[in-house]
Amino acid sequence: MSKKLAIIATKGTLDWAYPPLILASTAAALDYEVQIFFTFYGLQMLRKDLSGLKVSPLGNPGMPMKMPFGPTWFRGINWNIPNAIQAIIPGFESLATVLMKQTIKNNGVASVETLRDVCVESGVKIIACQMTVDLFGFEHSDFIDNIEFGGAATFFEFAGETDICLYI
Amino acid sequence: MNFDKELDARGLNCPLPILRTKKTLAELTGGQVLKIVSTDPGSVKDFQAFAKQTGNELLSSTEGGGEFVFFMKKK
Repeated sequence: MSKKLAIIATKGTLDWAYPPLILASTAAALDYEVQIFFTFYGLQMLRKDLSGLKVSPLGNPGMPMKMPFGPTWFRGINWNIPNAIQAIIPGFESLATVLMKQTIKNNGVASVETLRDVCVESGVKIIACQMTVDLFGFEHSDFIDNIEFGGAATFFEFAGETDICLYI
Repeated sequence: MNFDKELDARGLNCPLPILRTKKTLAELTGGQVLKIVSTDPGSVKDFQAFAKQTGNELLSSTEGGGEFVFFMKKK
């Protein structure tokens, strides 16, 4: 019998979309039976339009701010921009997101959409939290096909029998 | 070493080499050999772990010129 992995995905930023999708797709490749419960901001990962996934350097001291282009010495510079400055520049998050997506591409890292496609293709069961869908005013038609809508009890039905259970 | 199919995973980063390998292995029949070429240093440990967990046999794992070459026999 195959091993089982359950993940609760709660984050709605570009960077935090990676851990649940990487782990789920890899586990599926290792013949795990996988289920992901997407709740609160994690729902952003299931929308047909993924442009809501952005990265914010604001209040995130762990995030290196490096340029994904130019000569090596230029790429090595860590742009230490104070939070107060970041906060007042319009479009700062969009700019950071564009730069992050280029960095992702430069490093041969998969896009969120690719990883999500692999999850769907490899039979990862995807549950969207109906309560948060209502709370945030989303429609079922906002989301990709091949997903189910359910609640906490639905999650536990599978999670109670898993070998690994993660909250991300 | 003889092989039945080759997968070029150069330039791809974790977990893509493993995901592509899984997909390509599905196109082979039991006993056939897949050659994988990767540039991801993390793939050395990952392919060992993949083989151990899926039962596909890692026949060899070699490194040279910044490339990692794996031969994997489908179970």
